[in-house]
Amino acid sequence: MNEDLILLAHGGGGSLSKKLIGEVIIPEFHNQILEKLDDGACLTVPELEIVFTTDSYVVDPLFFPGGDIGKLAACGTINDLAMEGAQPKYMSLGLILEEGLLISDLRKVLCSMSKVLKETGVKIVTGDTKVVERGRGSGIYINTSGLGVRKQGVNAAVSNAKLGDAVILTGSIGEHGMAVMGQREGLNFKSSIESDVAPLCDLIRILLETVPEVHCLRDPTRGGVSAALNDIASSSGTGIEIQQKRVPLKDNVIGACNLLGLDPMQVANEGKAIVVCAESSSESAINCLRNNELGKDACIIGRVVSGHAGTVLVETGIGGIRILDIPSGESLPRIC
Amino acid sequence: MDLQKHIEIISDLAEQVGKPVKFMEVCGTHTMSAFRSGLRSLLPESISLLSGPGCPVCVTPNEYLDKAIAISRLPGSVIATFRDMIRVPSSESSLEIERAKGADIKVVYSPLDALAYANSNPEKKIVFLGVVFETTAPTVAWTIREAAKKNISNYSVLCTHKTMPWAMDGLLMGGDVQIDGFLCPGHVSVIIGSNAYKFLTDKFGIPCVISGFEAFDMIASIEMLLKQLVSNCAVVENQYSRSVTPEGNLSALSLLDEVFEPCDIAWRGLGIIPKSGLRIREKFFKYDADMIFSDIDLPKSIQEKGCICGDVLRGTRTPLDCLLFSKKCTPDSPLGACMVSSEGTCSAYYKYRGDSVEF
Repeated sequence: MNEDLILLAHGGGGSLSKKLIGEVIIPEFHNQILEKLDDGACLTVPELEIVFTTDSYVVDPLFFPGGDIGKLAACGTINDLAMEGAQPKYMSLGLILEEGLLISDLRKVLCSMSKVLKETGVKIVTGDTKVVERGRGSGIYINTSGLGVRKQGVNAAVSNAKLGDAVILTGSIGEHGMAVMGQREGLNFKSSIESDVAPLCDLIRILLETVPEVHCLRDPTRGGVSAALNDIASSSGTGIEIQQKRVPLKDNVIGACNLLGLDPMQVANEGKAIVVCAESSSESAINCLRNNELGKDACIIGRVVSGHAGTVLVETGIGGIRILDIPSGESLPRIC
Repeated sequence: MDLQKHIEIISDLAEQVGKPVKFMEVCGTHTMSAFRSGLRSLLPESISLLSGPGCPVCVTPNEYLDKAIAISRLPGSVIATFRDMIRVPSSESSLEIERAKGADIKVVYSPLDALAYANSNPEKKIVFLGVVFETTAPTVAWTIREAAKKNISNYSVLCTHKTMPWAMDGLLMGGDVQIDGFLCPGHVSVIIGSNAYKFLTDKFGIPCVISGFEAFDMIASIEMLLKQLVSNCAVVENQYSRSVTPEGNLSALSLLDEVFEPCDIAWRGLGIIPKSGLRIREKFFKYDADMIFSDIDLPKSIQEKGCICGDVLRGTRTPLDCLLFSKKCTPDSPLGACMVSSEGTCSAYYKYRGDSVEF
């Protein structure tokens, strides 16, 4: 009975999203590059690699503490390129606007977008704008495609984790998802949580220049750290073990998650990365990340192990063991 | 709390009891807390935790959902519900599928939001799905009383409220369940008070401990249950004394009594349990969706074949005994309610499978 209709859960970033992508979308556009399902596509041209990515942004509400849909659309695509080890260069901008939107709101969104682009030196080089009837959109939808370049030989794919590697998180988690949740109409939920949305390209560029053996990079957006670690474990065919007490978490995020019955490990981030690197490089990686404001709380949260391939285990705060599973069902509200 | 020390005490006590024991955590939040914290992996093998019928979504029978869906198909009606109800399969559909087909289904975090929505949308008929235990029932009662006070005539509640102690009584009366002690639900007990369980210890000689929801609370409560077994006594003890009093929240109880009256009610898997439900009193029939939509056509109720949710809820079998579990029945395409709810036993087993792996 679930076969005929697109349900909200298909966009939730969990297992049903995976199914939709794997069974409906990928087969239509079948090619080796797309099939890898990494954060961006790596295209080889003589002596230079180009990385190309696309992402759509439908966050509700458009403005939230710490950012808005424009900042998110710039950072999200920049971060997808950075997670491939590329330096972002160019971006496309596709706007779908709803009739009745305030031009001043559109200006605000474009302005925060351009701020990020100036900061990172990325240029928008092509674009498109459509308007849909009132009631058929949600103010603004944005699609951005990004193009970046990277040095030959860099490989930070999710399938590249090696036994014994250290798993590093660049900072505290759950802030973006909970900041958006707090703004949701009707939730009556006020908090001091701000989204962590930020461009990670400089942090990652310096990391790659300093630390030789970075094996995987992933930004834990929809589905949170849970989904990102599970992607790494299943693509690399390894197990991952992490310790809950090492995962940086702010008190206000813990409180909000407890209140709403959410697991912070499954809540979205927009300014954090998971770095998997050789154990021998882990100390220099941590030092390097901590030198940057966006990585100042970086820490090792776990290891890549040989047992239970494809499965992520967590040692809980009280020393118990559980499986870290990917979320299923719809995530409310739309967070990216 | 010195965790290691308490686990050792629990192991000693379990040895003194000298036989395998089964404790039932009645509340779904306990089930999730136990899995999330990996508590089961720390307990000695002779102690099993059974997950009881304490998830309101899981114990809601198909007939109720069939009715909610039939109402959602009427022009101008809006179903307001907690999120977990959205995906529960009914006899032939689910609210999630009806929403994709165009029904107006609104997810709310509180019945107060549903009432406020009704107040600002007088042209629509808002029906709140009242699927709760004593913890949330007072809030629902308040919305009904408030709707009556302000004459908000487009708000109603489709009520299948349930009360916990009588479900526990029903389980034990059934006779086929081996339970050596209850971890009683903390939040429910904040409302009803610890005295509400006394009739169970008197009638069945079964130890009861009201437990908080942190893993440490549950460890302390398990220790208290074992001590009762060792000293061969059966009383109600209150580990969650920071929130629960003997007599409960008197103003909430009086509000409940003003709006609702006890009734016999159907539980998925357990059948009809006398006195275990709350229905809206006659004085407030204007706000009772069962009365307003009493002549609505309903499909013939169909239960999923092979689903053992009922046995899981009674604690006689675990999800691992179910042939559908993790094969045909997963969180993405749930066949039984225990897989749908985030606090359902099958969902917890599927998500965490915590005691089947080693670090």
